[in-house]
Amino acid sequence: MFCVNSPLIHNFHNMLEIINYQFFQNALLVVLLSSITAGIVGTYIVIKRMSLISGSIAHTAFGGLGMSYFFGFNPLLGAIVFSLASAMGIALVKKKSNNKIDTLLSFLWATGMAIGLVFIFLTPGYATDLFTYLFGNILLVSNFDIGMIFLLDIIILAVVFLMFNSLLAVIFDEEYSETRNIPVTVVNVILFALIALTVVATIRVVGIVLMIAILTIPPATAQLFRHTVKTIMITSFLITLVSGIAGLFLSYYFNLVTGPIIVLIISAIYLGGIVLSKMRA
Amino acid sequence: MKRKEIIKIENIFFGYEKDKDILKGVTFSVYEGDFLGIIGPNGGGKTTLLKLILGLLRPRRGKISIFNLPPQKAREKIGYLSQFKDIDFDFPITAYQVVLLGRVNKNIFKHYTKEDRLATDKIFQKLNIEKLKNKKLNELSGGEKQMVFVARALVNNPRILFLDEPMANLDIHHQESFYQLLQKLNKEVTIIIIEHDLDMIKKYAKEVVCVDRCRRGAVKYHGGELTEEKIRKSCSV
Repeated sequence: MFCVNSPLIHNFHNMLEIINYQFFQNALLVVLLSSITAGIVGTYIVIKRMSLISGSIAHTAFGGLGMSYFFGFNPLLGAIVFSLASAMGIALVKKKSNNKIDTLLSFLWATGMAIGLVFIFLTPGYATDLFTYLFGNILLVSNFDIGMIFLLDIIILAVVFLMFNSLLAVIFDEEYSETRNIPVTVVNVILFALIALTVVATIRVVGIVLMIAILTIPPATAQLFRHTVKTIMITSFLITLVSGIAGLFLSYYFNLVTGPIIVLIISAIYLGGIVLSKMRA
Repeated sequence: MKRKEIIKIENIFFGYEKDKDILKGVTFSVYEGDFLGIIGPNGGGKTTLLKLILGLLRPRRGKISIFNLPPQKAREKIGYLSQFKDIDFDFPITAYQVVLLGRVNKNIFKHYTKEDRLATDKIFQKLNIEKLKNKKLNELSGGEKQMVFVARALVNNPRILFLDEPMANLDIHHQESFYQLLQKLNKEVTIIIIEHDLDMIKKYAKEVVCVDRCRRGAVKYHGGELTEEKIRKSCSV
């Protein structure tokens, strides 16, 4: 039996105490909200193999983020505009020619970053904030951020619920979908827009640079053990949620930077999953 | 008895690049109940022709009508089995879901109805592949995958079935039984099949069209036995 003064109990008590703080509650809430969207949209990204497209949309978002930061708006607003615009652009170019997509993705990726960096460097006091957007800082979310992320969650959930079958049909087989008169380009635009909104909803957690990890690694892990799209989405959500919460506590107690810790936990679960699935087979 | 003309292709010109037409003045008709084999050399434009008929591509010149409608408007009546090139077989999906997805249509908010599930059940029954229903796509053998995609092509009760080299990924033993299935299906649907194996065409097809970019167009042969000679003739216009 533990004695009341045991350091373990004491630490555990401390650990729970932090939950009473508003900033920590906010962080937990954002982890929950972004796990939902990352789990769902990340699954689409992995099964359609769209990592590069997502990375490109995320880095383009940084351009808008930097711009609105400079002009004094909430950075997430600019990120939404830029990421949505890049999503549209990618979907339309993809319709015309699949070959040109690769160049477009690199162009958006680098140009978005460059625009963002220029504007953030032009703004006084850039250094810490720059770090925040590139690598995330979930402990600094404002109420406005939370409201916006909540709204994005609602939109994404509603679209996925309403369009589950047509999204899946187009992701699985575009050509056949076209012969069924499904408006493939419209569905693709919506799919990429979902990615754009998810990017914005997760910037606060892991930042632009590490975004691709939270979007792709949990679904890839889930895919090792789950074999339908819905179960992969749910499992992936749970992996992200657990990693996010664990990362929050670990980074708080060991004074580490949150985003990278969350990503490392996600990666560790992935490696564990691979070992486990190999052992099973 | 005169059979009903269901596809009319008139003087089609098409090329992917400017001034480089692959199809030059292709003209022929397909009649209800046809079992039409499309043959011709690789790169001759067989798949291109099929895509034009499906309305996935638009001809530069000429006119295609299906049931007197433009191709895009007639798609409801067409079942399509593509070459498997673009399908990801590791996609997390069961055989049943693949076929059910075939029911999704122009309504992007479509949710499945009882009718969709009934049609899906029925086609699994009809093709005698019910045991595959709950299998994952990557658990299926080549022949089984083929059957599942045929089921998807048939799940909307099409009047015409298009197949683009369905044998490309199949071993030789499956060929014969697959063609026997097509022959049975042909009692209810018109079949248009791209096939490079002339033996199969000779044995099972009732009509043949040769598509070759070097020639002016395609000529269709039908009626009576399809002999080597007739096939060769159709290819040497």
